[in-house]
Amino acid sequence: MKITGAEILLKSLVEEGVTTIFGHPGGVILHGTDPPGDHPIKYILCRHEQVATHAAEGYYKATGRTGTVMVSSGSGVTNCVTALTDALVDSMAIVVLTGQLPAVMGWDASQEADVVGTARGCTKHSFVVFKTEEIPRIIKEAYFIARSGRPGPVLVDLPEAVMADCVAYTGHPKSVAIRGYNPQMAGHPGQIKRAAELIAQARRPVIYGGGGIIHADASEELHELVEITQIPTTLTLMGLGALPTSHPLWLGMLGMHGLYWANRCLIDADLIVAIGSRFDDRVTGKACDFGTQCKIIHVDIDPTSIQKHVKVDVPIVGDVRCVLRELNKELRKVERNWARDFEEWHGQIEAWKKQHPLRYEQRQGVIKPQYAIDMILRLTEEYDPIIATGVGQHQVWAAQFYRGRKPRRWLSSGGLGTMGYGFPAALGAQAAFPKGLVLNIDGDGGSQVTLSELSTLVDYKLPVKTFIINNRCLGMVRQWHQRVSTHQPLPAGPMHQPDFVKLAEAYGAVGIRIERPEDVKAGIEKAINTPGPVVVDVVVEREENCLPAIPAGAAITDIVRAPAPTPDKSSQAWH
Amino acid sequence: MKGQIPPRRHILTLLVENQVGVLARIAGLIAAKGYNIDSVSVGETMDASVSRVTLVVHGDDWVMEQVLKQLNRLIEVIKVVDLTEEEFIEREMILVRVNADPPNRAEIFRIADIFRAKVVDLTHRTYTLEATGDEDKIQALLELLRPFGIKELVRTGLIAIGRVSKTPSSKLERVAGGDGEEGAKKSPAVAT
Ligand SMILES: Cc1ncc(C[n+]2csc(CCOP(=O)(O)OP(=O)(O)O)c2C)c(N)n1
Ligand SMILES: [Mg+2]
Repeated sequence: MKITGAEILLKSLVEEGVTTIFGHPGGVILHGTDPPGDHPIKYILCRHEQVATHAAEGYYKATGRTGTVMVSSGSGVTNCVTALTDALVDSMAIVVLTGQLPAVMGWDASQEADVVGTARGCTKHSFVVFKTEEIPRIIKEAYFIARSGRPGPVLVDLPEAVMADCVAYTGHPKSVAIRGYNPQMAGHPGQIKRAAELIAQARRPVIYGGGGIIHADASEELHELVEITQIPTTLTLMGLGALPTSHPLWLGMLGMHGLYWANRCLIDADLIVAIGSRFDDRVTGKACDFGTQCKIIHVDIDPTSIQKHVKVDVPIVGDVRCVLRELNKELRKVERNWARDFEEWHGQIEAWKKQHPLRYEQRQGVIKPQYAIDMILRLTEEYDPIIATGVGQHQVWAAQFYRGRKPRRWLSSGGLGTMGYGFPAALGAQAAFPKGLVLNIDGDGGSQVTLSELSTLVDYKLPVKTFIINNRCLGMVRQWHQRVSTHQPLPAGPMHQPDFVKLAEAYGAVGIRIERPEDVKAGIEKAINTPGPVVVDVVVEREENCLPAIPAGAAITDIVRAPAPTPDKSSQAWH
Repeated sequence: MKGQIPPRRHILTLLVENQVGVLARIAGLIAAKGYNIDSVSVGETMDASVSRVTLVVHGDDWVMEQVLKQLNRLIEVIKVVDLTEEEFIEREMILVRVNADPPNRAEIFRIADIFRAKVVDLTHRTYTLEATGDEDKIQALLELLRPFGIKELVRTGLIAIGRVSKTPSSKLERVAGGDGEEGAKKSPAVAT
């Protein structure tokens, strides 16, 4: 029996285990968004294609299952570009299905865009389907490429004629064979042995892990490595949750706004074990100063991440989980009293923690943003929430005070730093876990980039709790202006803000405002106990800065620390 | 670590899927690194589904290593080799139209003869020569012809092949399904 390309597409998606599609419709993808017949796929209609794509990222990061997006042609696709780029740098497995005009392309027809050309710079791979018969194979390959190796976004362009044509469906391919694509899973055994030897000899080692651990589902293996060797561990913004924050050897986040002692460990270490991380400049600062005093082991599935910024002594290309399993086997054979050998090193770290604690002072009057965020994280901890963030100061504080204990619970835009990521990422995660507690800790600036998605949350009864840390300005930009500007900079605020409470109500959600420190606790509790989507406008101090901070382009040693606290009876310091 | 090694010429030979858009991906990737492609030539191999691309690029070794890795990362790229790392033979063909007024004809003919170039077209005013050779030879020929006035120059771009004793290129040949080899293809990624 012959069926349409749209029906074949749907069958292929079902075969790939797709249960949720985020999208925004249009003329030429109608065949896709309105297919006949029964199917188990839930379609979530977002208000913007960028949002649909970020939602798929959130869905992927929270579940480990590839996110799926379906959008129309032309502007429908160009609207995806920011989110595709975000997914590419943060290694998010998503497949974006785009509508295309009837098979003939390049005629500047209505709503035509050079999709393949556009996709080239912002996807791991892209396909154009020329014949309806190719749909099952291409869908199979698209999902395989998105999820395997270093995960990333894959785009499949589906011309209208291909979707409308009727051909015989011959079933879904059982396997994929792409001769030019062969991600290396197992690490080189010799290199793994060398790594184990270096670890066995180290006096002041540190583990610096990244998002690759989460993508490879290797948190357990990391945990084991830490248990065996007693090596203190820091994670990047993307890696948060790979080691429980309650672990005694957890150092906190490192990098530009990382914790003082975590960065300090990287300076003083004699061995850095980099796992699924890529020596991003927000982590290393000036790369030429980085790791010159110590040995470096680097495990990553992506060979292009290795030796890109810093010279590495033992590179290991492979799947992080496979490599860590082998490495742990080697290390278990090592006879060494790790805890005793590292006593001095651990002691040094404790001393740094005491010297320069992460702290803020909540006085009477105005709410400190750190206090609000810290309280949100403390009061929701027992629910094991999934937390999405925007980009800016609130993101940094949420990462610094993060209390999560499991992987795939932290959704934040790292490599691209895309403002507006919070709402859609939370939406995607909540769609995957309708009953779980999903928070969006957002800025007053960033939340307005994708605020339209409040409608989607209301439509699908997705009970995301959004906390807008409202400092009435683009806080992070204001902070760096203050540091670097010698002249009057372009304004980062004050900005006129809408009444977020009324806005929430206008959208059909619940709005709550918190303005005084003494109301913070009750306000948060009220928000998490209110059913349905909630927006909390947390009015906070405007001039607060994120510290510690390493200025862009400077070396880690140039870290700017928080000032010593001023004695004040009414202040309440959290460490 | 960047910029420690001065830029030099690299000849990259790639085996790629013979598909729409592959060349654009390769060119885009190299452009994104800020490099100009000196020359490119593309042709089918013995296996019609595989094309060979020969690229000439100037770059320092550090960035070339990144370029190679990134080219390898492209799904449609089956194999990449930097021939500059081994022994190889290179050739380029040119067609050049040069002013050939009667008093100069004998001299141009002599030069062509020394360089084993052929006269493939002539008018009262011009000779069109065909020549092949490595970069140095082509450059030398052009230098000698320049004083007469070169009216038009067309180059194929460099092609190159590794010498047999070296393994990477023979491996490459196997992927390309070259005659007389066992035809073993790069083991594909398989998922079920
Ligand atoms: C799409 C986009 N545009 C611009 C920036 C640059 N930028 C980084 S943080 C920031 C300010 C964010 O303001 P807000 O959301 O209010 O967060 P805050 O820093 O005040 O907590 C800006 C403009 C960005 N990261 N993303
Ligand atoms: Mg703000």
